[in-house]
Amino acid sequence: MSLTLDEVHRIAVLARIEVSDEQALATQAQLNDIFALIGEMQAVDTAAVEPMSHARDLTMRLREDVVTEHDQRELFQSIAPRVDDGLYLVPKVIE
Amino acid sequence: MVNPSWEIVIGLETHAQLSTVSKMFSGSSTAFGAAPNTQASAVDIALPGVLPVANRGAVERAIRFGLAVNGGSSDNINRRSVFARKNYFYPDLPKGYQISQLDLPIVKGGGVTILSPTRGEITVKLTRAHLEEDAGKSLHEDFQGMSGIDLNRAGTPLLEIVSEPDMRSAGEAVAYAKALHGLVTWIGICDGNMQEGSFRCDANVSVRRPGGPLGTRREIKNLNSFRFLQQAIEYEARWQIETIEDGGTVKQATVLFDPDTGETRSMRSKEDAHDYRYFPDPDLLPLVVSDAWIDEIKSTMPALPEMVRNKFIEFGLSRAQAEHHVSSIETAKFALSTFTETPPKEIPDLSNWISGILSAKLNADGLNFSQSKVSPEQLRFLSGKVADGTLSGNMAREVIDAVWVGEGEPDAIIEKRGLKQLSDSGEIEKIVDQVLAANAKSVEEFRAGKDKAFNALVGQVMKASKGKANPAQVNEILKRKLSQL
Repeated sequence: MSLTLDEVHRIAVLARIEVSDEQALATQAQLNDIFALIGEMQAVDTAAVEPMSHARDLTMRLREDVVTEHDQRELFQSIAPRVDDGLYLVPKVIE
Repeated sequence: MVNPSWEIVIGLETHAQLSTVSKMFSGSSTAFGAAPNTQASAVDIALPGVLPVANRGAVERAIRFGLAVNGGSSDNINRRSVFARKNYFYPDLPKGYQISQLDLPIVKGGGVTILSPTRGEITVKLTRAHLEEDAGKSLHEDFQGMSGIDLNRAGTPLLEIVSEPDMRSAGEAVAYAKALHGLVTWIGICDGNMQEGSFRCDANVSVRRPGGPLGTRREIKNLNSFRFLQQAIEYEARWQIETIEDGGTVKQATVLFDPDTGETRSMRSKEDAHDYRYFPDPDLLPLVVSDAWIDEIKSTMPALPEMVRNKFIEFGLSRAQAEHHVSSIETAKFALSTFTETPPKEIPDLSNWISGILSAKLNADGLNFSQSKVSPEQLRFLSGKVADGTLSGNMAREVIDAVWVGEGEPDAIIEKRGLKQLSDSGEIEKIVDQVLAANAKSVEEFRAGKDKAFNALVGQVMKASKGKANPAQVNEILKRKLSQL
């Protein structure tokens, strides 16, 4: 499998990364190298292997349903570029 | 609205906010209405280096739901489920992804039985129900070209319940949504508050020729009332039918419903639909639930609405009455406690009081049955008084009114107001004789065959007795006297 240049541009849009045509060409080559590696891995017969969803063979620890966090808004907002009335302000986005 | 040459096909995706006190993956409070960002921890605002830890209470609630929609059997609960990242960029989603479940949801299958307005009892099958976290809120007004972000809601646990496309009308979709709403509040996993967004629906709607292949669907987002759900589906189906009949085609899209205009409008088409690039979240290990835990949860489940409804039918009530009494767990508990150890012949009156006068009073005061100002014991006392002829139905309702406004116990009110039905036939006969003597004209009319005159005479007797005469006795005595005249 290999990627077309259009697909590289589409992935860049999804990842919110601006790429020039030149960068897209370089990225296409790099991504296709990765796909070649994936191709090699996919050639391995895994029919008898159960799929994993995590690299470690452990299961999840659960936390009790209790409130343990307290309000740290002032601390967190001290590093925010803009705040108003307790809200974080961001460039306007309306879908 | 119904156009027989078209069939409407509807599936619903419902987000039920789980009633935990803390968030899905952090120890922040989920209380509604706090000052902006005061319930948003380092995990919720996605500061670098934080890790999510899942909430046992949220998982337990998902399991309760699974058991409730599968007749108590647990074969629809995945013993091993996996959390995945759903990636998209939006300012109220600080991580750039929502933690959700894709390939291995916690609940797979099950169904909800509803009473269709046109097809009788049907079961809407469930595809799945999975755990996920909510996003924050964006406020677009008042910030001079900027948007304000409140992350208090970010990370709140949700159960997304996905139905099969089993519904064929807006009425069925509403019946399903109401049944589901009743169920999640009944089993105590969601407060069901639709104004606060605790229960909201997305509707997938398509139309087709009956028996033909499925049409292209459009998804109506974020419907937070049963009325909007009904209106939005009706508008959307009509729009799709008109579009196709006018020679156009329906394109897959996501649409919003505008309650002000009653119309749906396209938000985004399939071409710019999100590509969420799901993958298993490496921060979270697989979720494994043991049979022992499921059994423990099963032992704390209340009797389900369907079982309680059948119990009401066994009490001799109609399906509609029984349906009313299981509309919420508070109503059901109240009705059960009222009917238990009550002579069967008093149950119809009690049932009518519960679904009629009491429901109306509770609605007017914004209360539920656990907050009723008239108790099951007081109702039973009154039905006993009606059964032994002491009170008429109207008198009993008068006492309920008085208890409601705090005038005291029913027996004291009956005493104070002198409410006692006149059942002494000698007394009633005397009144009937007086009325007959004073209403010669009505008597003449009755003899001339006018049935209405009889009712007028009954009215006169009741009036003369100040409403206290036992109506059945009045009828009987009046009939007898008239035939003897």
